[in-house]
Amino acid sequence: MKKFIVKRVLISIVLLFFVSMIIYGIMRCMPASFVETKAMELSQKPGAKSYEEWLEQLNASYGLNDGIIQGYFTWASKAVRGQFGDSWNYNQPVLQKFSSVIWYSFALSLASFLLQIIIAIPAGVAAARKQYSLTDYSITVIALIGISLPSFFFATILKWVFAIKLNWLDLYGIVGRMHQQLSPMGQILDMAKHMIMPVITLTIVSIGSLMRYTRTNMLEVLNSDYIRTARAKGLPERKVINHHAFRNILIPIITLLGGTLPALFGGALITETLYQIPGIGYTSYQCIVLGDIPFVMFYMLFSAVLILAGNLIADILYAVVDPRVRVN
Amino acid sequence: MANEENTKVEHMKLDDTQRVKVLSPSALVLKRFFRNRLAIIGMVIIIFMFLFSFVGGMVNPYGQSQVFYTTEEMKKDYAGATYINDYMIYQEEGAEVPSDLYSKSILAVTKNQKVVETRGGGSLALRPLAGDSYLVYGAEETKNPRAMKSAEHKDAVAAGENYFEYDGTAYIVDDATGKELLYKVNELAVICKLSFTPYTADTELSYQFSKNALLAMSGNGGEFEADGSSYTLEIEGEEAAMVFAADGSDYAYISNMNINSVVGGVFLAPDFKEAVALAIQDGTASFTYTDASGVEDTYLLSEKSGQYLISRNQETRVIDTYSLPSGEHWLGTDANGMDLLARLMYGGRISLLIGFVVVIIEVLIGVIVGGVAGYFGGWVDNTLMRLVDVIYCIPSMPLYLILGSIMDHYRASPTVRIYMLCVIMSAIGWVGIARIVRGQILSLREQEFMVAAEALGISVGRRIFKHLVPNVVPQLIVFATMGLGDVILAEATLSFLGLGIKYPAASWGSIINAVNDSYVMTNYLFVWVPAGFLILLTVLAFNFIGDGLRDAFDPKMKR
Repeated sequence: MKKFIVKRVLISIVLLFFVSMIIYGIMRCMPASFVETKAMELSQKPGAKSYEEWLEQLNASYGLNDGIIQGYFTWASKAVRGQFGDSWNYNQPVLQKFSSVIWYSFALSLASFLLQIIIAIPAGVAAARKQYSLTDYSITVIALIGISLPSFFFATILKWVFAIKLNWLDLYGIVGRMHQQLSPMGQILDMAKHMIMPVITLTIVSIGSLMRYTRTNMLEVLNSDYIRTARAKGLPERKVINHHAFRNILIPIITLLGGTLPALFGGALITETLYQIPGIGYTSYQCIVLGDIPFVMFYMLFSAVLILAGNLIADILYAVVDPRVRVN
Repeated sequence: MANEENTKVEHMKLDDTQRVKVLSPSALVLKRFFRNRLAIIGMVIIIFMFLFSFVGGMVNPYGQSQVFYTTEEMKKDYAGATYINDYMIYQEEGAEVPSDLYSKSILAVTKNQKVVETRGGGSLALRPLAGDSYLVYGAEETKNPRAMKSAEHKDAVAAGENYFEYDGTAYIVDDATGKELLYKVNELAVICKLSFTPYTADTELSYQFSKNALLAMSGNGGEFEADGSSYTLEIEGEEAAMVFAADGSDYAYISNMNINSVVGGVFLAPDFKEAVALAIQDGTASFTYTDASGVEDTYLLSEKSGQYLISRNQETRVIDTYSLPSGEHWLGTDANGMDLLARLMYGGRISLLIGFVVVIIEVLIGVIVGGVAGYFGGWVDNTLMRLVDVIYCIPSMPLYLILGSIMDHYRASPTVRIYMLCVIMSAIGWVGIARIVRGQILSLREQEFMVAAEALGISVGRRIFKHLVPNVVPQLIVFATMGLGDVILAEATLSFLGLGIKYPAASWGSIINAVNDSYVMTNYLFVWVPAGFLILLTVLAFNFIGDGLRDAFDPKMKR
């Protein structure tokens, strides 16, 4: 087991090397628009140097004069030591910006993750128990609608209903206008209130896959021999489902959920942008649009690490949870 | 018919194969597929979407970037009017005037002096007329006791005037210093707070006309002569008068208001000025006026710190933005005045085309890479699968956004963007298919039929793509169908964020982009709701079909 993990981690590092190289190459294809805009801005201040001088100085200070390959190795050698440089857009160290925004993303993802589990698993089990019944059809259809729903459209509908027509919630942002005047408890509640619509959006658009996954696995389990045996023994249906079947679908479900755990830190790029929640997703979106190479590089690499970590955790959990795999 | 069939069946033996209708595997799959209600609904929706986008686009008379105009009643400023507060000066043609004539005369008027010195050393004398009008003369002090004692002088004094004519010479008497001083004067100009408007645009009013008209005005109207013709003046209101020519036709209009058109070069008829002056006097907010061509219009009058503004409603051609759904535009128009239904149709074409093109490219690359990796195994498999892993690790949505903003920087044309979007999405998306194909082929290649194929000496290429890949087709079809929905969703999201398909090309996502303006989101539901439902329905339909196909292909799941 240890050997397996070590091997996987080593492979992951090699993969990360190539992934970061590709992303760095693409980022450098941006025609340095950020630097140009910045140079233009600085040169228009009274008594400033000319645009060309600023451009040269900024290019030098951001290491854009090196070729792509050389620039990559400069970046990588620093990144290995945990130095991701300063964000151009925010004028502060990338890691500092990251640690100040990540918790919004984490709270949003965690709330949605818990909601998904609470809703999707019972729904999936219920659908599988009565295959091809009305319940099954409705749950399948709801799950598929969730998968098919464009998040921006759903978010717009939510905003229209709750923010515009009912005027219960704010359209954008994480804090209300009176946030500074509120008590500490009130401030937390204010933020929670602003999280309602993002959490609903994120939950609805991602609940479908877990629901269907539960249903498929439950169907498989219910078709297996030990369930037939349990029924033949004359066990009540409730016991068959809750004890014999449910424990067995926990294996694939825990594997899947464990695999998505790292993604809780990855932020929801689209949802955060739609509601302007200042989490890692929205911050990165702004940096992408502005061409802030240090921050975007960090974010992309971080996301890649999360994907690899998710796969690794899923594989490990698969072995840990299922005794049959462990023996082999 | 039924009887015939029955007799046929009776003639068959019990174990006749024809007694049982044998279905080919694909027919079985089809049968199972068509029994799935959701899948049928999905098929119907997709067929509708194709008809809507491709046939609808042809039937619809409007183009995707055709801009519509409408006429709108707009209040437009027409003219401005002000009371004349400053003195206007009308000089005699050809008279030699001192350079400071205007300023000195004004000074004299404000100081209530009758005679002032000019900078040039001469003198100016003023003769008050009715109202705020004065005649300005060049003056020269003289002593003429006979003139002072004349009857003309006495008459003038009796009438309260300082001007008289005696023996063919014009004199002005000034008593400002307490002593009566006599000046011999010659006419230079008139200053007044009145404006003269001729009736026809090409009539020039001469100095003599102005002067005599003023004289007539101070004499409470009547006839006067100027330039060899006679006119009649009629006082109207406080400070206005009409002048008629000898034949009784309107000739000119005199008023204490300055009325000018807002647009330069437009001649305002005296009638109109008269109407304006009357309306201002009466304090009404609007008045009607029939112009020379007989068109009657209602004009609105508004006052702001002494300035009067005359405006009227005019029909103006404007872009028909956000017009409500109507018979002409079934779903209304968008911010650019384009027909939304047409844009939805053309947007559907792009969304569906991008979906199919991307999925086809994905399948091609995925099958080749997955097939080769799975069949050869060993280092080939290892290398190709590590490549797959690398691409799989790259977060796709941020990457699309980065590439979208790179295209923004290079100002890629809408067509180029569409092609680039296809290439980028398929370059990222093929890895899933490669993994599926490889996984299946790894197990399939160990089976007996592959040993047989090898024994028959079939070439490697044929073995992979004729014997192995067809076994993966069911999974491929299911994956591709569901993938279609994902691609359309990703394209819509990108276009919504403004980094995918761009104006003027239409896309469902970019149509919804209008909600970034919360006024549109609140008030123009017809702009974004239909596009949203079209995306939802299309993606849902592909998922229904994919789901139905999965059930149909998988015998374990059958009822």
